[in-house]
Amino acid sequence: MSCGSLDVAIAGAGIVGAACARECARRGLRVRVFDRAGVGGGATAAGMGHIVVMDDSEAQFALTRYSQRLWQELRPELPAAVEYESAGTLWVAADEEEMAEVERKRGYYEARGVACEAVSAAQLAALEPNLRPGLTGALLVPGDAVVYPPCAAQYLLAQAVAAGAEVSLGSPIVALGEGRVRLANGETIRAGRIVNACGAWAPELTSGLAIRPRKGHLLITDRYPGFVRHQLVELGYLKSAHSLTLDSVAFNVQPRHTGQVLIGSSRQFGAADGAVEAPMLARMLARAQAYMPALGRLSGLRAWTGFRAATPDKLPLIGPVPGDDSLYLATGHEGLGITTSLATGRLIADLMTGASPSLPAEPYLPSRTLSHEN
Amino acid sequence: MRVALLDDNLALGGQIWRAEATRDVNTAAARWIRRAATAGAKMVTRARVFDAPAPGVLAAEMNEGDEERRIELRYRQLLVATGARERFLPFPGWTLRNVLGAGGLQAMVKSGLPVAGKRVVIAGSGPLLAAVAAYLRHHGAEIALLCEQAPASQTAGLALALAKYPGKWAPAAALVWQLAGVRRATNCWPIAAEGDEVLRAVRVLRNGRETRIACDYLACGFHLVPNLELPLLLGCRTRGGYIEIDEAQRTSVANVFCAGEPTGIAGVDAALIGGQIAAAAAAGRPISARQKRARRRWHRFGMALDRACALRAELRLLAGPETLVCRCEDVAYARLASCRDWRDAKLQTRCGMGPCQGRVCGPATRFLFGWQDVSIRPPLFPVPVASLAAAATPDTGAEPAFEAVAGKNDS
Repeated sequence: MSCGSLDVAIAGAGIVGAACARECARRGLRVRVFDRAGVGGGATAAGMGHIVVMDDSEAQFALTRYSQRLWQELRPELPAAVEYESAGTLWVAADEEEMAEVERKRGYYEARGVACEAVSAAQLAALEPNLRPGLTGALLVPGDAVVYPPCAAQYLLAQAVAAGAEVSLGSPIVALGEGRVRLANGETIRAGRIVNACGAWAPELTSGLAIRPRKGHLLITDRYPGFVRHQLVELGYLKSAHSLTLDSVAFNVQPRHTGQVLIGSSRQFGAADGAVEAPMLARMLARAQAYMPALGRLSGLRAWTGFRAATPDKLPLIGPVPGDDSLYLATGHEGLGITTSLATGRLIADLMTGASPSLPAEPYLPSRTLSHEN
Repeated sequence: MRVALLDDNLALGGQIWRAEATRDVNTAAARWIRRAATAGAKMVTRARVFDAPAPGVLAAEMNEGDEERRIELRYRQLLVATGARERFLPFPGWTLRNVLGAGGLQAMVKSGLPVAGKRVVIAGSGPLLAAVAAYLRHHGAEIALLCEQAPASQTAGLALALAKYPGKWAPAAALVWQLAGVRRATNCWPIAAEGDEVLRAVRVLRNGRETRIACDYLACGFHLVPNLELPLLLGCRTRGGYIEIDEAQRTSVANVFCAGEPTGIAGVDAALIGGQIAAAAAAGRPISARQKRARRRWHRFGMALDRACALRAELRLLAGPETLVCRCEDVAYARLASCRDWRDAKLQTRCGMGPCQGRVCGPATRFLFGWQDVSIRPPLFPVPVASLAAAATPDTGAEPAFEAVAGKNDS
């Protein structure tokens, strides 16, 4: 093939790579996306597809909030297969301490224009009758949504293709940088810019990245329409997910468009492989049952795992790599890659084309963590 | 040796023997089951093995009436005998009511479905069709036609292979292949099932000519596919689509043996020999020269059977764009045709992600598109969330309680 004139080569056809390709192609850049396998086969396939505003930090809030708006804008044109549902999130409080967190979170969101509502114990029971009695309340964030990630990635990539991008699937990249991408078949392709969007596998192609794979388990049930109506997340999640060292589980349950119930979540560093681990799955499901006892009776169809690309400060790496003018990163999204894919695509295209950034890019620039010596 | 036998059926005997064993105490089936029962083995029926949570441990779901319960079994040695299931291929109308699997219809008759006076067309490939035809006829059904997709020349090869095996083996196998009194056509396969919601007729292609046959039931089965889910979960290697075993039926995983259809589709007698060899090896007993010879002979027979039942390329063209391939998730052929592999199909269309976990559409898409399914994960069967939540942290210090035999059948 004639490969002399690519503007942008993107490594990784997950949702982040697809979103980058769409933005770059729409700005007239000549783009090609490479993936060692198919579309959305990594963390994209494994994730829940929760479009959620988060407030761990101002930078995380800014990115998730902006992304959520982009999803809402995109919604009218999304095909049915993407299964966008405005389910809303219920942040569930199990005690008074967590109820105080509901209040803090409510104040934070309201001050920043995110619609939300504190919900009493009785209201919570009415909204989600299958939750156990005795919970303290919740924060309802109605603007949060749910999508089916593999089809979302496929749609974004199809849009990129419609804007002129090319896609090479089943084409593993063995090396990239300095304006070149080398494929496993020996072919070398020149590109003015290269984006490493390989998620947890990004360090295999770019050395020195502060990214660690963080394994997660999920289980999906048979169809029980109406069993769960909102994405339910325990506020204890904040405590457990914050821990960067210990394995943790959290109650995190989602209603799928199909009527299925998706049950999460677990976080592990240092897992040997992607095997479903019975003890970890059991811990995760026991936690879910503690909040929602009736889950125990549902038929569990399939379990799977995935690897999140985790960074030390829980913010993604988006932007140029110091020391290599051609190389950009779009990885490190941890558990928020589906949500923040759209904003990531915008930022990457802004930074490449010199457009004024859609939101301040500094908190996400790789230069904050990278001491690159290339 | 302390032996436990786990099976997901109500009674021992598997798909083939289940009914036979209770009907007549003098059959080989009844003799074997009696032997097993009186040998002191612990029988655990209605137990579906759904996970191997740690080396030497199986987790199973016990169904006791309305109650489901998780059990764990520790073993020193394991013999996997999970059998086979029918292969279905999609063609227009195959999802109509009363279009069933051949084995499925047989099982329904066993559970009391009356077929006396009903017209049945049986179609697909392999000796199981003849066995089902004989069974249905015995229960008063009229077999309108038995359609074998293979040309006569292909099945003749099998008869030739059978003729090479003198003694008591040949007649048993030959019996199910050649069924007296049933209208049977080779070079014949279904191209569409017709009806509004319920089946009314089947259109078949026979020696290139289309024929419409009115019928009440269409029973299909395009030969068998081995149930490899459990041995694959255990990490057993495969070769040529079956579990790789040595002369003593040992798999590539230490202390795990395999016998029966997962090691090659060759019928009851092959399974008996394989099981006896595996049991002898597990017990540290010698394997006789006669057993070794029989094992090799049945291995060759299995290969001949696979050749005889090789599916013709035309069967890949039966499904129309709208024909469902995955019934659990309502995925039509046209949506799959653009997918690059099985995983892509799963992710983009949910093909194979429903309650049957791809047991039906997986083998079909393997034939239609050449896709390989490589993602075997627990639970092997849908089980209540509570059962998965009950897994304890593995306690590897505990003494293994059993030498285990795991058999199960898809029903």
